[in-house]
Amino acid sequence: MKKLLPIALLLSIFATWDLPAQAFEINGYVALEGRLFMQDSLYIGQEDNNASIAMAPEFYHESPSGSSLTFVPFYRADSADSERTHFDIRELNALLVHDTFELRLGIGKVFWGVTEFVHLIDIINQTDLVEHIDGEEKLGQPMAHLSVPADWGVLDFFVLPYFRERTFPGRDGRLRTPLAVDTDNAVYEHSSEENHVDFAFRYSQIFNFGDIGLYYFKGTSREPLLIPSVKSNGRTVLLPYYQLIDQVGMDLQLVTGNWLWKLEALYQDNDTKNYFASTGGFEYTFVGIGDTMIDLGLIAEFAYDDRDDEATTPFDEDIFGGLRLGLNDPAGSELLMGLSYDLDNKGNIFQLEASRRITDTIKIFLESWVFFNTEPGDYYLYSIRDDDFIRLQLFYYF
Amino acid sequence: MELTNKRQKSQYLRLITFLLFILSIVFLQTSPHVLAETPEDKGLAIAIEADKRDLGYRSLTADMLMILRNKHGQESKREMRFRSLEIMDDGDKSLIIFDSPKDVKGTAFLNYTHKVGDDDQWLYLPALKRVKRISSRNKSGSFMGSEFAYEDIAGQEIEKYTYNWLRDEECEGMDCFVMERYPVDKKNSGYSRQVVWLDRAEYRTWKVEYFDRKDAHLKTLTFSGYEKYNDRFWRAAQLDMVNHQTGKSTELQFSNYVFNVGLSDADFNKNSLKRVK
Repeated sequence: MKKLLPIALLLSIFATWDLPAQAFEINGYVALEGRLFMQDSLYIGQEDNNASIAMAPEFYHESPSGSSLTFVPFYRADSADSERTHFDIRELNALLVHDTFELRLGIGKVFWGVTEFVHLIDIINQTDLVEHIDGEEKLGQPMAHLSVPADWGVLDFFVLPYFRERTFPGRDGRLRTPLAVDTDNAVYEHSSEENHVDFAFRYSQIFNFGDIGLYYFKGTSREPLLIPSVKSNGRTVLLPYYQLIDQVGMDLQLVTGNWLWKLEALYQDNDTKNYFASTGGFEYTFVGIGDTMIDLGLIAEFAYDDRDDEATTPFDEDIFGGLRLGLNDPAGSELLMGLSYDLDNKGNIFQLEASRRITDTIKIFLESWVFFNTEPGDYYLYSIRDDDFIRLQLFYYF
Repeated sequence: MELTNKRQKSQYLRLITFLLFILSIVFLQTSPHVLAETPEDKGLAIAIEADKRDLGYRSLTADMLMILRNKHGQESKREMRFRSLEIMDDGDKSLIIFDSPKDVKGTAFLNYTHKVGDDDQWLYLPALKRVKRISSRNKSGSFMGSEFAYEDIAGQEIEKYTYNWLRDEECEGMDCFVMERYPVDKKNSGYSRQVVWLDRAEYRTWKVEYFDRKDAHLKTLTFSGYEKYNDRFWRAAQLDMVNHQTGKSTELQFSNYVFNVGLSDADFNKNSLKRVK
């Protein structure tokens, strides 16, 4: 019921908003997905393949002053994993635009970061992990977000009144740890649990030579520790444990000619183990290779986390090499390939993403992830070592 | 000795002429190309005059429709909205918002043109809510798969080229200047030179021929449907870019031009990128 309160509040704003049919738009997509896992499953109950359908319509209304209302519900129905069948409100917010500030109230999404392979410092929104292990899919976050732009930079203030728990694959789903995560019984450090009010503050500025951002976050960690626990039915599960943290983070991107230099870093203070983590690298683009319209980008990045093996991400001391091809054809064909290499534990991930438009409204995405050279030292990567997959998606945009 | 003297003399004369020419522009007393002596001076004078006639637009908005055609005549369309802000002591700021194809709807391209040095560019990806700083050195790259390169779309600041007046001749039934312009950033431009046709009366561009880095004729751009806005600003309704080497072409239509719309810096920053729809 508490969950529904902010939603009800927002809906009431929608209802009472002065609605002279100025600019009302409905856009969005419906996507069909098939995932094919190349090896037999490691854990009992897991399916070899799955099919699913997802949709995310966007309802948008803008007033003449530039203020707007946005509503983006999301739903996925999955054939194999009941945890992956899920509904979320990605956005339900009112944006008030004033000459000297912007205020966004409601459920929204904010992204911070510059690198391609690891999204380290991004913290406002929780990861919707059942959607994808790349960490780019996010759950809607209730927020009051005040943004004040000035000549000397932009100040962003966030009050985050409700916490979203990370999604995890269920027992039937692939790409999970040997023990499934029991998302119904999350444990919190703070007694207010998901009602703990979190805060964040960010300063960012752009320069001719690059962009910089610095932030401070105080609240519930988006990344849970996973604690083995025996349930009353005798089954052992992993319980997500959400700590309170203080975190400072920064992102920096420099532009020098065809080179883009990127750096993200954070320091986190918590009751278990304070740590430092960083990721960065470069991207270099060759434009119009061999007298064609094709652009070729080379990406090299590193990731470092001083928790080493205790890191909750698979990347503690890794390097990444990537290649991005943009065909610049009318179909907008693109290809991204990447290879990660773990310097301590070994363990490589190969990933490939390709996409192109078939018609003006239909786009096809092909993706493949392959895990190899995995060793038990990297718990997460070792857990999913037999989950190499090919994912085919067909998006219809309306 | 005599030779050096002559050279010094001619340099001296050139300097005087140049100063006179600058003065003439400053005081707007004479048509700028009258006093210009060398083809380079005359070319520059034409570019300065063309630029001057467009000063004071402050900000504008327009709708864009891009029709891409391959050599078999197959078409694909892109719809965009264009916003531009005049910056007094530097290049203009511009924002292009994509409406179609639908998979890129809400994607936005922000450009701070600089008179000297590289432009600043950002791309907003709405699915990730991510603003990406991109390298402006990819100026020769294709804009949205079209025959327009980024450098063709970006602000044509005077300082981005050096100039050379070639001749006057008739074009589109009018008296026209024909001049060459050479990109200052030779290393990253896709062109060795461009030949430009402007009419003498209003300094409107009617045709641009683009020559690739091997100096082969690559593309031709023609302008049509000029209309005058706010009693001052001429804008073409249609731009046609033909690639002679591939047989592909792109038609770019502009409509709903509105000048002096009251946009400000706040409409051209990373925040505004995130809220465009």
